[in-house]
Amino acid sequence: MSTKAVIGRVVIYLILAMGALIMLVPFVWMLSTSLQTAHQVNIRPPIWIPIPAQWGNYSRILDFAPHFPRSFVNNLVVASIGTILELTTAILAAFAFSRLRFWGRDILFYILLATMMVPGEIMLIPNFLTIVRFEWLDTYRALIMPWAASILSIFLLRQFFLAIPEQLSYAAKVDGCRDFRFLWSIMVPLARPALVTIALLAVISSWNAFMWPLIVTNSPSMRTLPLALALFRGEAGTFFELLMAASVVVVLPMIILFIFMQKHIVAGVSRSGLKG
Amino acid sequence: MDGTRPTLLGTLKAYIYLLPALLVLGTFSIYPLFRSLFMAFTTVHRRTLEVEEVGLHNFRFLMDDPRFALALRNTFTFVLGVVPVAILISLGIAVLLNQKIRGATFFRSIFFLPFVTSTIAIAMVWNWIFHERHGLLNYFLGFVGVDPRPWIDHPDHAMTALIIMSIWSRLGFNIIILLAGMQTIDKQLYLAAKVDGASAWHRFKTVTVPLLSPSIFFLTVMGVIGSFRVFGEIYALFPGGATAGPANSALTVVYYVFQRFWDDRNFGLATAAALVLFVIILCFTLLQFWVGKKLVHYK
Repeated sequence: MSTKAVIGRVVIYLILAMGALIMLVPFVWMLSTSLQTAHQVNIRPPIWIPIPAQWGNYSRILDFAPHFPRSFVNNLVVASIGTILELTTAILAAFAFSRLRFWGRDILFYILLATMMVPGEIMLIPNFLTIVRFEWLDTYRALIMPWAASILSIFLLRQFFLAIPEQLSYAAKVDGCRDFRFLWSIMVPLARPALVTIALLAVISSWNAFMWPLIVTNSPSMRTLPLALALFRGEAGTFFELLMAASVVVVLPMIILFIFMQKHIVAGVSRSGLKG
Repeated sequence: MDGTRPTLLGTLKAYIYLLPALLVLGTFSIYPLFRSLFMAFTTVHRRTLEVEEVGLHNFRFLMDDPRFALALRNTFTFVLGVVPVAILISLGIAVLLNQKIRGATFFRSIFFLPFVTSTIAIAMVWNWIFHERHGLLNYFLGFVGVDPRPWIDHPDHAMTALIIMSIWSRLGFNIIILLAGMQTIDKQLYLAAKVDGASAWHRFKTVTVPLLSPSIFFLTVMGVIGSFRVFGEIYALFPGGATAGPANSALTVVYYVFQRFWDDRNFGLATAAALVLFVIILCFTLLQFWVGKKLVHYK
């Protein structure tokens, strides 16, 4: 490499390192603050690695928000059940749209696609009134059911199913395989990469959802984590070490999920982009 | 699919497969759409939930409401402040990441982190970074001789703070989309340009940008739609929640919808405001497609 090329490389790395630093500082600062004493929080120059680390801050969250662990459980329940339901409805519907012939198929598909373009805020208030009428306020059903089916997931899975050779289903039919068994034992295993991606994106958006849980829950025991975090400031005041500890609790599970599944998550996001 | 016509039995079977999805989508996506079209022209009484038709009254009220005008202005400021800057920065980073450098995946992952992170938690930590007396930002700005400013507590700075945070949190998504777009560019084009003696900047301008234009276009549309809908960030970045930033200075359209709906319990008015937002988004998207047709280079 020529000297010029080497300098070019160095500059590239410097810029990228600088950018990465700007991206990381808020996360590092969140963690660092969560382990400081109330006194250290206000000391400048800032203390990046507090010794000893105040792990007690994490249990002190409970002094102000005793329901915080319950919110964690709520998130687990809502994200897991919601994702299972979303996958189930998507598999069944995508199968119908990709493999079955029926009256109204195309028009129904276009109606769903058109609905996908509408921003969710339009549906917010009518859906709230529906939840009131169903007497579902402050229940898991209210947090889960509106997201139990996703048009985008149906659409993505249908594309994937369409790419599976048609001959497979003829072969299965000859073997006397019924539609449902064919779907379950051949299509679903083949579509695993797509299903994993859909599931991951569903888990992430469910875990981080804010506006809907804010509206349909009342009692502290029904709050999801982002909601509990947003309302925590009202309860704990501005103790930044506690606010940051609570933030770490909300953020950490998704970061761990991302570290282990990033290939699938990134693949899913890039695929949605190439479609556009 | 074979060429046979659908049968009654086949249709019945298909709808059994579709039933779970259609029940959910019908109840929570399609029905509310029609209901809000109707609700925007009504007033719903707070306690009895009785509905009264009021014609265009809600829309007339919106036109006269200075808060709605402010919300519209702030929303446009936000869109203009966030979308182009975020795309430009991401484009620069994506080009660098595409230079066959070591650790490209590692860098990409770091930029992508905010995408998987709760916006509420992000806004919480930025609230702390923006803190006037002890925040990191003012501390670092002090080194370059910038006086500390009340990022969060002063109406003049609230929108700037919101925009800085939002650009930061959107870079990762943009970079992923741009990198995916770059994978589809034929390497031979670069080679040909190099042989012709084109400089790096010239290659970027004449090969990368035109061939990347579908991705850039997609990011613009998605960015504009996403920015029009900003809400949670504001709720958590500015303490209180009752007002959107100091003296409502970061009020956006969705926040306005939320305030009329949640604080005032004025369902009809809130729905009308949401409908206006939808029409604006729709117009913008159509406009972008119209402009895009002329600028975007599809193979």
